Amino acid sequence: MKYESQRVAMPYFIFALILFAGQIVFGLILGLQYVVGDFLFPEIPFNVARMVHTNLLIVWLLFGFMGATYYLVPEEAQTELHSPLLAWILFWVFAAAGTLTILGYLFVDYATLADITMNKLLPTMGREFLEQPTITKIGIAVVVVAFIYNIGMTALKGRKTVVNIVLITGLLGLGGLWLFSFYNPSNLATDKYFWWFVVHLWVEGVWELIMGAILAYVLIKLTGVDREVIEKWLYVIIAMALITGIIGTGHHFFWIGPPEYWLWLGSVFSALEPLPFFMMVVFAFNMINRRRRNHPNKAALLWAMGTTVMAFLGAGVWGFLHTLAPVNWYTHGSQITAAHGHMAFYGAYVMIVLTIISYAMPIMRGRPYGNGNTAQVVEMWGFWLMTISMVFITLFLTAAGVLQVWLQRIPESGEALSFMAGQDQIAIFYWMRFVAGAFFMAGLVVYLGSFFIKGEASPAEEVRGPATADA
Amino acid sequence: MEITTNERSRHLPGDLAVWFFIFAELAVFGILFIGFGVARSLDPDTFATGREALHPWTGLINTFGLITASYLVAVSVHRLRHRQTRVALLLWGAIAASSIYTFGKLWEYVELYGSGYNLGTDTFFMFYFFLTFFHFMHVVLGQIILVVLAVKVRNGDYNGDDMNGMESGASYWHMVDLVWLVLFPMLYVLA
Repeated sequence: MKYESQRVAMPYFIFALILFAGQIVFGLILGLQYVVGDFLFPEIPFNVARMVHTNLLIVWLLFGFMGATYYLVPEEAQTELHSPLLAWILFWVFAAAGTLTILGYLFVDYATLADITMNKLLPTMGREFLEQPTITKIGIAVVVVAFIYNIGMTALKGRKTVVNIVLITGLLGLGGLWLFSFYNPSNLATDKYFWWFVVHLWVEGVWELIMGAILAYVLIKLTGVDREVIEKWLYVIIAMALITGIIGTGHHFFWIGPPEYWLWLGSVFSALEPLPFFMMVVFAFNMINRRRRNHPNKAALLWAMGTTVMAFLGAGVWGFLHTLAPVNWYTHGSQITAAHGHMAFYGAYVMIVLTIISYAMPIMRGRPYGNGNTAQVVEMWGFWLMTISMVFITLFLTAAGVLQVWLQRIPESGEALSFMAGQDQIAIFYWMRFVAGAFFMAGLVVYLGSFFIKGEASPAEEVRGPATADA
Repeated sequence: MEITTNERSRHLPGDLAVWFFIFAELAVFGILFIGFGVARSLDPDTFATGREALHPWTGLINTFGLITASYLVAVSVHRLRHRQTRVALLLWGAIAASSIYTFGKLWEYVELYGSGYNLGTDTFFMFYFFLTFFHFMHVVLGQIILVVLAVKVRNGDYNGDDMNGMESGASYWHMVDLVWLVLFPMLYVLA
């Protein structure tokens, strides 16, 4: 760690991991509710558990992105953070607002929550993933603006690097697109447009910039490959991500009422959305092959490779599986979507946050070359347990989805099973998904356990090649 | 490291990253072309009627403009490599020639839009407007790249020692030109 103010990333990472654990607990509750319908009813109904599961995911990833930004921007800019105090204040504001919102979901019924937060003054509640009370949404907007100010001032006074520029562009996009969550038109088709402008353009647009920037930073540090080479790849990857991702929003417009041409545009451009993810795989493995040093933090390297592969599979391949309009006509809103959602979020965004945590956390804890061997081995066990479990969750959900489409969507009307009759037929896959989910939880426990193992890697384990320009 | 004549002949013009980008762009257009073919085979009448509303002469003049620009870009790369003069002038000439295309295309958009055609008219016009406008945006980007190259040559930033920037820009430009050479017959003649 070159600058003391980078340490402000620590509380962000710790809180992110706590929320991650909460998200998985609610994932398990949901998994069980799929097969034991009245589990925890009426205390935690399915819709509430789902809201908590998805909202925790979004919020902890935002904490992770912010932590990553506070860690890497000062180092890239070669200067102290503009205001560490502001970063601390924002941490507590965001943590308090996030916690209160989740508690609100759990202990107050949603209509009452809307009333007491005065949703009727500016109605924004009730939309999937954007269920937060208006006041929380305003809080998020304020936190993001102040955060970008703090980061922007830091970047402007220091060295301008491509990693910083791409990261901050992604964050500006994140903040800007969030404003669409305040616009809630009464026309349902129009409403869906603006809803997707947040949801889709985040995960298949600007978040990819954030992911690319964090990945590039970690690869520069771990491999010692020339910055120029890595930056060139980063430019090409984000250009592809934006070209395919922006018009690719059309795959959400197939059945919501817009003109027919979206069937073509949405299909063609989203068919190409795997390309930037594929390029990330080639990029990461290529840089590692050309490495000029063997960094002793093997766990971070594993996460960096893992995130590209799993993002390509989850976002790229599983997305392509159901993105063409003629296929989506049958698969829309089935368990195939859930399969894609799980692996894509885990591969692209969970794993990139865990990558930067794996790299930065030991340094902030006074272990500049990474954790000791035992801690790294345990962390890698966590990696494999969680990743393999997620592969199985995805496969079981895919099987459930294919069977669901076969029983419920393909047959001519009259012969098709009703929704609930179809659910009974695929219950076995839900059970298997739940077991895989339990293994994921076990992996998370192992992963978190690795933080409590003492010891650090020694610099002697690092083998340097010919002089590195900047790393 | 010395580059021998043999290595020179196997050398990839421009930067590897640009070739990835070109490959990705060609994939986008390639899939759109396949989509066009499939849609046409499903409804040939709509496509034939749509084609008749276009202005093939404008298309031909545009093609002439783009090919001329490509020729001038190729000559300028050659001249820079051999450290000859008038490289920037040739690049400005290429920008002027390609402007025949940009103005021609805008004229046709205005003409068609005035006659009531737009993206939502039918499948043919969806492809026509989307494909040509997407390509149009590429031409404009290519022109901006040519301006940057011309300015850098004029300022002496490029002197023939390092051809990476010049070759990368030229490769991108030729890709844009190549796509039009497929688009023109596909939309204006074969549809």
